[in-house]
Amino acid sequence: MTPTLLETVTTRANPQIDPVLHVWGWEIVLYLFLGGIVAGIFVLVGALEFASGEKPRSHPLRLMPFVALGLLSLGMLALWLDLAHRFWAWRFYAAFRPTSPMSWGAWILVLIYPAGLLLGLGGLDDGQRGWLRAKTPRFLLALLEKLVAWGDAWRRPLLFLNVVMGVGLGLYTGLLLGTMPSRLAWNSAVLGPLFLASGVSTGAALLLLLTLDEGERKTLVRWDAVAIGAEIILIGLLFVGFATSGETGRYAAGLFLGGPYTAVFWSLVFVMGLLVPLVIEGLEARRHLPFVVLAPVLILAGGLALRWILLSAGLYSAFRLLP
Amino acid sequence: MSRAARRYAMTVDTRLCVGCKACVLSCKAENDVPDGFCRDWIVEDVAGEFPKLSAEIRSERCNHCTDAPCVKACPTGASHVNEGGVVLVTHGKCSGCKACIAACPYDARFVHPKGYVDKCTFCLHRVKKGLEPGCVAVCPTETLTFGDRNDSSSAVARKLASRRWKVNHPESGAEPNLFFLV
Repeated sequence: MTPTLLETVTTRANPQIDPVLHVWGWEIVLYLFLGGIVAGIFVLVGALEFASGEKPRSHPLRLMPFVALGLLSLGMLALWLDLAHRFWAWRFYAAFRPTSPMSWGAWILVLIYPAGLLLGLGGLDDGQRGWLRAKTPRFLLALLEKLVAWGDAWRRPLLFLNVVMGVGLGLYTGLLLGTMPSRLAWNSAVLGPLFLASGVSTGAALLLLLTLDEGERKTLVRWDAVAIGAEIILIGLLFVGFATSGETGRYAAGLFLGGPYTAVFWSLVFVMGLLVPLVIEGLEARRHLPFVVLAPVLILAGGLALRWILLSAGLYSAFRLLP
Repeated sequence: MSRAARRYAMTVDTRLCVGCKACVLSCKAENDVPDGFCRDWIVEDVAGEFPKLSAEIRSERCNHCTDAPCVKACPTGASHVNEGGVVLVTHGKCSGCKACIAACPYDARFVHPKGYVDKCTFCLHRVKKGLEPGCVAVCPTETLTFGDRNDSSSAVARKLASRRWKVNHPESGAEPNLFFLV
């Protein structure tokens, strides 16, 4: 028999915990990114219709609630892949824990599906409804007609509900991290509104990549600029919060101001993801320049970088690393 | 006369601990901790400037916090407060989402190779039988003391009343129940 050597670890070196925490990876980043976009889509689709008083004029915009639900499903798949005990995922729905943002998120995700589906069905034009009827199996036709009728009858309450759900989802993606004070770089309630503003901006960026009605496009560019402005202010408030919260806050701020996340945060998120697209959108609006896809692409890349960098910085920052 | 609810705690006498690691090995044997993982561990802190150095050796583990962030973060109720304030994980309820790991100020949890989150239990299965936790039972220098800190006659309560002590990261606000006698 071949002798085996067993080395017993007595100073802690737990996998995924040491030397620094690395329990969450690309799956959570992708989920937070897609969740933000979906939140933004629901907020913007609702707000556009409230502002114009009419259903979406452009064809792709009418389909966006369905696209949003598809993106959300992709995000939830990533979330499921991250679970270490995957076949116990149903346990999320066997309890509601009011102190756990993840529990709130699990239930918001479930509620968003029927609300988004009815919103989408109510927004379809006659041609799209005809296509849907032709593709629906006969035994489901009666149910489809009922859902379409509900979507029409409850249009305004559904719009309002989806805006509220979108705001809830956007806030939740940030608060999921922001309610864990043990990770020093996440120890801020500002992460909730920051991720919501970023979600609205990345949602608008995705919509701007589609072929839209000119009026809808101009409105979205204007709102996107407001969302980017809000993000810049909220990033400022995040650092003000760090600066006024003692040693732990100073350590967290230091990660982005001279520490290992300085270059990536300020170059990828702040300059390329916020300032440059804001300037491009401003020039397009003031000088009546033709629309270029560069700004939306940079916003989407910046939104992904924001989540990736904040997630990594939070996992990296722990009490035991304080000087 | 009514008595305060039981509140289990542990003291670690940093003036007695020699870092022999018997507590770690005992824990691994008692709880069948998988290879490469630790539910408790030894920290050796050396401070000062040569040749004026001081060393502190600590046996560390889950702090079974009174205001446990891991329990608040858990979405399924798997992490919960059990008898005597001991924080446990119900394996069959744990989805392995790792929110509790991120929420723990002490990084005291880990994902067991079977998928659920694992950590120190203060050997509650032994305590219920009137035994000491595995780590306490084998400590050759009597560094570790376990008991009910709400019972003023317990060894833990007497040590906390008579000795100077500190806790790790009090700024976390979690009210830990692992005390280091200094």
